[in-house]
Amino acid sequence: MPSLPAIPIATLDAAEVSYPGRGPALGPFDLTLAAGEIVALVGPSGCGKSTALRLLAGLEAPSRGRVTRATARGETSLVFQAATLAPWLSAQANVALPLTLGGLAPGQAKQRALEALWRVGLRGAQSARPAQLSGGMAMRASLARALVTHPKLLLLDEPFAALDEITRRALADDVLAIWAEERPAIVFVTHNVEEAVYMAGRVVVMTPGPGRVAGEARVAAPTPRPHGFRTSELFRSAAERVSELLARAMGAAA
Amino acid sequence: MRRLGSIVAPLCLALLLIVGWEAACRGFDVPPYLLPAPSAVGAALIHNAPTLAVAAWRTLVMALEALLAASLFACALALAVSLSRTVDQTVRPLAVALQVTPVVAIAPLIVIWAGIDHPGRAIVALAAIVAFFPIFSGAVRGLGAADPDLDRLFDLYGATPFQRLIRLRLPSAVPFLIEGHKVAAGLAIVGAVVAEFVAGSGGAQGLAWRILEAGRRLQTANMFAAILALALMAAALHVVFQALERRALVWWRGR
Repeated sequence: MPSLPAIPIATLDAAEVSYPGRGPALGPFDLTLAAGEIVALVGPSGCGKSTALRLLAGLEAPSRGRVTRATARGETSLVFQAATLAPWLSAQANVALPLTLGGLAPGQAKQRALEALWRVGLRGAQSARPAQLSGGMAMRASLARALVTHPKLLLLDEPFAALDEITRRALADDVLAIWAEERPAIVFVTHNVEEAVYMAGRVVVMTPGPGRVAGEARVAAPTPRPHGFRTSELFRSAAERVSELLARAMGAAA
Repeated sequence: MRRLGSIVAPLCLALLLIVGWEAACRGFDVPPYLLPAPSAVGAALIHNAPTLAVAAWRTLVMALEALLAASLFACALALAVSLSRTVDQTVRPLAVALQVTPVVAIAPLIVIWAGIDHPGRAIVALAAIVAFFPIFSGAVRGLGAADPDLDRLFDLYGATPFQRLIRLRLPSAVPFLIEGHKVAAGLAIVGAVVAEFVAGSGGAQGLAWRILEAGRRLQTANMFAAILALALMAAALHVVFQALERRALVWWRGR
């Protein structure tokens, strides 16, 4: 993607995280994230992918190393594996939450929440409670909540892991379409090599925990992905490269 | 079919037991002060219905007053405990000590403090002590039960501690509070009855007093009637609170 400006929006510089009593969880880990780029983090369970996301979100401080972020408060959004909606609030109130917590007037927040719900394809679901939504719809609401602030950095922590294959593919395309409109930087954590290659311009493979960078692969295809991309030679070779890196990372650990 | 069975089967068993009981009382000439026949209990229930209804109402009112008092105190204290570690560490050992002390043991003390002339106050206070703990521990657990990822999002959005309390921790605690109040309602009845026994005076005129009074006069049929009234009242309260719980949970999670 040659058109991307090379301004880093966040960097992890030899960042390490260890928890008292549990030992090291991540790193030293390096990642430079340019504004508007989509990066996938792929690695085995427990390699510290989610920890890396929390560092990028500013929810945790590194035990060692440095984290720099060029985003102001409210410009970073996070989506988890579970939809993580408040059961007592309607879909609309859930989506409006980041805005109302930030002090926006309720009327305006509701209007913007409604628009965000429309963007993720949840027209008419605004008054439904999370328990009344299907898994895919709840995930869309969660995505709408992340998008409602128009973030510059969107962090996705295995957001499709709990969904069926069809819903997962539809949501992946939706995320890419939304990216094309606003171009937030996206960091996307996944176990799934194909999903990583489909979504990201750059796939960073991590070693088993405490995770370091094992290698990275670039995916030189336009975003949103052209029709038939999943069956293209480019997709296949990129997926193979990532699988190889992953196998090597696992082998080195064994 | 299955539903019908779940109603009919226990009814049949109850009927069978009653018939057996009646037959045994008549057949073996059991003295009525030892075990009155169900027919005698039924007659006592009808004969004493006005007094029993008044007594049941008194017990119920005392139990509900106790529940209200317990709820206010327990929720306020749980809030203080969950907001401040210092308060938590200060209060919790005392609360546990009070909880493990049998209510019967402290009852005479409470009766003295409430004033011998006000047994009603002592009964409400004792029932409130019993009802306090399920609400308190439910509220403490509920206030700490917010989804950790939702909690992280509140961090990410820069929520103030007050916003976090009002918009995350209190709503997350609702199911725990409902459960705590349901358990406490049953315990408040138990507490009121035990307290009335211990207070040992007719001043409060609740159902427990009717049981004691009938026992002292060896009017066992009247005793059974009062126990039956108590069981019916407790069961009715349980049903009401269960319905309230269901309603409240539907309101909370929208389904």
